[in-house]
Formats: sequence, C-alpha cells, structure tokens
Amino acid sequence: MKLHEYQSKAIFAKYGIPIPKGRVAATADEAKQIAEELGGRVVIKAQVLVGGRGKAGGVKVAKDADEAAELAGQILTMTIKGLPVRKVLVDEAAAIAHEIYFSITNDRAAKKPVMIASAAGGVDIEEVAAKTPEKIIKIHIDPLLGLRDYQSRDIAASIDLPRELWRDFSRIAAGLWQAYKDNDAELAEINPLVITKDNKLVALDGKMLIDDNALFRHPDLAEIRDVDEEAPAETEARRHGLSFIKLDGNIGCMVNGAGLAMTSMDIVKLFGGEPANFLDIGGGAGAEKVAAAMRIILADPNVKAVLFNIFGGITRCDEVARGILTAMEEVKPKVPMVVRLVGTNAEEGRKLLENANMITAETLADAARKAVAAAKG
Amino acid sequence: MSILINKDTRLLVQGITGNEGLFHTTQMVAYGTNVVAGVTPGKGGEWVLDGKVPVFDSVKLAVEATGANCSVIFVPARFAPDAMFEAADAGIPLIVCITEGVPVQDMMRVRNYIDQKGVRLIGPNCPGLLTPGEAKVGIIPGNIAIPGNVGVVSRSGTLTYEVLYALKQVGMGASTCVGIGGDPINGTNFIDVLEMFEHDPQTEKVVLIGEIGGTDEDKAAEYIAAHMTKPVVAFIAGQTAPPGKRMGHAGAIIEGSAGSAADKIRALEAAGVKVAKHPEEIPSLLK
Repeated sequence: MKLHEYQSKAIFAKYGIPIPKGRVAATADEAKQIAEELGGRVVIKAQVLVGGRGKAGGVKVAKDADEAAELAGQILTMTIKGLPVRKVLVDEAAAIAHEIYFSITNDRAAKKPVMIASAAGGVDIEEVAAKTPEKIIKIHIDPLLGLRDYQSRDIAASIDLPRELWRDFSRIAAGLWQAYKDNDAELAEINPLVITKDNKLVALDGKMLIDDNALFRHPDLAEIRDVDEEAPAETEARRHGLSFIKLDGNIGCMVNGAGLAMTSMDIVKLFGGEPANFLDIGGGAGAEKVAAAMRIILADPNVKAVLFNIFGGITRCDEVARGILTAMEEVKPKVPMVVRLVGTNAEEGRKLLENANMITAETLADAARKAVAAAKG
Repeated sequence: MSILINKDTRLLVQGITGNEGLFHTTQMVAYGTNVVAGVTPGKGGEWVLDGKVPVFDSVKLAVEATGANCSVIFVPARFAPDAMFEAADAGIPLIVCITEGVPVQDMMRVRNYIDQKGVRLIGPNCPGLLTPGEAKVGIIPGNIAIPGNVGVVSRSGTLTYEVLYALKQVGMGASTCVGIGGDPINGTNFIDVLEMFEHDPQTEKVVLIGEIGGTDEDKAAEYIAAHMTKPVVAFIAGQTAPPGKRMGHAGAIIEGSAGSAADKIRALEAAGVKVAKHPEEIPSLLK
C-alpha cells in the first residue's frame, strides 16, 4: 500500500525527523489560507500516488498567498499519469544548499533491510545509480540487531556530510529505521533530504510503501488508504480477498494461483488474444468469492469472452462451478465463456456446468485457443 | 533416492487441529506419509484422525516424544513466524511453511535466525514437497504425479500442478517436486534445490518454473552454466504482465532493471536451458 507524501512525512515527524511546516489543501482557497498562515514563499505539491510529479509540472513554488491560490488551482485540475490531482500539499519553501538521497528498503537478494544514501540526491537519483553507482552508498542492516549508530556514522562519512551534522543525521537515520520497522514498510524514502542554507537537515519529500500482508497489525494505516487512487474494480476485488489488476484486452481471465493466472494470460497472448485482466481467486475459494470475481470481470464493457482456468488443489472445482452458476443467474452474461476444470472434484464441477452453455476445454492451450476464437466472435 | 523427503521422513504438523491442517494431514496420511505428531498449543493430549496421530502443546514436546525430523506449518500468517522460530529452536532440520501472507519483515528476521541455526526452510507461501510414491509434505495433490526421474522446482503453486499433470499425461514422472514459494524472502532458492538435484542419482533431468520479479532465476542460470551436468528445461510465468506500479527509487537502485520475464528467459537460454513457451510444451522439451 502506497502512502501519500503528506502521510509519509507525518509519520516521519512522529519519529523525530524534521519536516517543513505545511498542510494539505483540496481547494485553491484552502491553499491560500495555509500559505497566509505560513507566510512567505511556499511550495505547492500535487498529492498523487505516482512518481515523476515534479517533471509533470505538479510541483510549483509560489512567492505569496495569492500566487499559491492560483498555482494550487492549476495543479488541482491536472491529471498526472492518469491520476487526477485531488489534493495538494502546501509547505513552507526551504532555502536549499544541498540535496541528499536517503532511504531504507528490503533487499530481497540479501534477505536484509538496506540503508541507501547518496550525496547526489534529487529527482535524477536513478540515473546517478545507473551511471555512477559508486556515488550510491549501501549498508545492510541485520534485522535481528536493528540499525546501529556506527552504521549511521559510516553513511554520514561516506556521503561527505559535514561533521557538525553527523549527530542530527544519526537521529534522522534512527528515526527512519524505526518508522520503517514499526510500520512494516517495504520502503521509507527521503528524497531529497536537504541541507538548508542555515545548515540544518530537513526531509523535504517523503515516500512510504507499506507491506499489505502486515496491515492486520496496523489498522490505523489500513484506515488511511486512499481508495480514490485505485480503479474501483480493484477496491471491490480487495474487499472480497481477490487479487485483481485491470488490463486493456478483451478476454476476461479467472484463475486460481498467481503463477497460473500469469501463465494463462501469457498463453492467451501467445495465441493472438489480449487479456482483460489478471485475477487470482486464491487458494480454497468458495462459491461466493467466485461469484464476486465473475461480477468484477463482467462489469468491464471491453470483455468479449471469459476464460476460467481452475486447477483444483485446495480449491475444489465443484465449489467454483457453483460460484459460476450463482453469478450467471444474477448477471446473465452475454459473452461466450470457456471453462477448464482439472484436479480436486473436477468431475463434479463439470457435471454442474453441463447445462450452463459453456465451452469446455481439456488442456491449457486448448482453453486459450478457444477463448481467443470466442472473443473474435 | 529423492531429495529432502522420502518414506522415512517423520513428519510433524504445526496447526494440525485447524481446518486446513486437519484436511491436509488426512490427505498426507492417505498418501502414505509417516505423520508422527501434530502441534496445537492448548490441545496437547488429544488425538486426531481416529486416534492415529497424537497432538502436543509444543514442537519441543512433540520432538522428544516422537523423533519428528520434518515439520509442516499450516498456522495463520500472524502466527507463522513464531511457528518457524519454534520449530527451528526445537531442532527440526527441515521446516516447510505452507502459510501465505507472512509479512516481509517477519520473514527477514526468520530467515536470518534460521540461517544461524543451520536449518532448511522451504516456503513460506508454497505448496510444499512431493516425492511421488513415497511421501508428500504440504498440499500438492498426490494423484497428479507419478514416480520418475524428473526433478521439479518451482516458485509457483497451481502452475506446478499444471506441469506435474502435463508430465503424467505422457507417462513421465518426478523424483521430487519442490515448491519453494513465491514470496520475496523465502527459505530456499533455486540454486539450493538445483544443487540437490545435481547430486541425486534418481534425478536425470530438471524442470525449473520461475516467474517475474527478483533475480533468483538469473542466479540459477549462472549456477546451471557453471555446475549442472543434467539437462534443465524452464518456464517463466508473467511474460505479458504489466510492469509493476512502483513508487520510490530504492527498488530500481537495488535491482536495476532486472526482474522481467524477457531478461530471465535470455539469461536461462544463454546458460543452455530450453525455455518452454507454455507449460504443456515442457514434456516434449525434456525428451
């Protein structure tokens, strides 16, 4: 789950990381009021859950409250990478002397958290990493020991941070580690962490990514998920415990297991079709979940055919068949449906669907071929 | 011969009295697996499966009483890390965690802890192990595979069943099937299993089933080129998956552009591995 900049920075502040003064606004008037309260120059920043906001024109500096209102009004009508801007963050503008990159994330290859820093912070950090990897400092953290102070000092020294800032930097590093750990983050990133002209460290921007699997112990975070930022079908799918990603094709896919779901999409494409979605009903799905999945697939007007590929293990094929029948009664689908059931209780499942006017298939390739042909009409 | 499990495996089931634990214990016993004990805290002294399997309050007590040497975990995600720590502390050398949805930071702590203990963990979020005709530890349906000389290692669940089933359709069998799980941090990677297959006399060919994300397949390709004498056939799922909606720069800094299906396929083919276009093509590539 992604957090907005303003949400991430609020968490950082709780852990003692200095952030600029500022608040979120949903209208130009609110932005003006906040700018008046802050006094002086402010930065207006679009709050959308994609990267590259600055390059898209979603971050602007205003010299006074009137200009803040004007720029906020403009940014609030923007769409960045398909996401409409609904909120802006109004922050007091900092006098920047230097920009540092600083983050903690999971290193899956090392099986440990890794702290990453670079003296060459800012929007071009990925380019820095690709072209001059020696400018990127990485230190792994033992998950059983946690971050140790000497590691923070090592980082500070490696990025040539002035000595008088080491103590503050260590506090920020400790805060970032605690914020990452306590909130089950997959990423806690400050880019840039700036040295201001009066020689203070401030986290100007913040990003956090929270492990969805850990949300059971963070009800407060689950609460602040911004559902406006995702497709309604994806929100609906999550409510039913389904894993769903909308795509641009016309063959709806319902499969059990993520690997098999991806494979089914791959084969549809191999035989000249385009999948309309990725949908994994998970292990042990009952009739109700299957019916919900089918409603979600059929709600997409692009869908011209549906492919069901179920390899029963924990999931029982007869349960899936019952779900399909329930949903068909309700939705009365007009598109052709190709079904392949193998494994646990496949025979019973096939019997249940005998009179449902569905196209049946024996193998995966056969099912994909039939679905592609059906979608072409 | 086979790897990891065989008819002599003495299996313990953590979470044996739960719905899934009980259902799959029944299946494992029906397959002929030697299930010697179960653990559910608070239910020690009870018996399940008509008095065939004793239940203990802790893994330590179960090991002392039965000499269990392998544990399979069916407890919910929030309790699974504790179950893995407990099994490792009780001296179980092989732990198989079926549970899906274990938080990543928990898995980093578990992995770093068990590595210090020298324990082998398979999973989590995996279908487990199957040595056809001898034993099954986990949830792979027993009837979709027959004994044979093909070693199967996979990051996926149902996709693995698909491959075993395709092999069986043409009369090909498996020595052992190992589902290592699809989570970002797991206990055992491709290389660990490839090395075991390379040294297992029964295994003559290997099927590797990977998917997008991470760099495990790329490392497997390097290992195959340098150390494997047995032929390997692979399949990579997710060739048409859209690039993940990612945020922040750290992922790109750590992994670069690695992780796409095309990259993995290129790396494997460069190592002399035949890569199937779809799973049902695998048997013909093995011939």
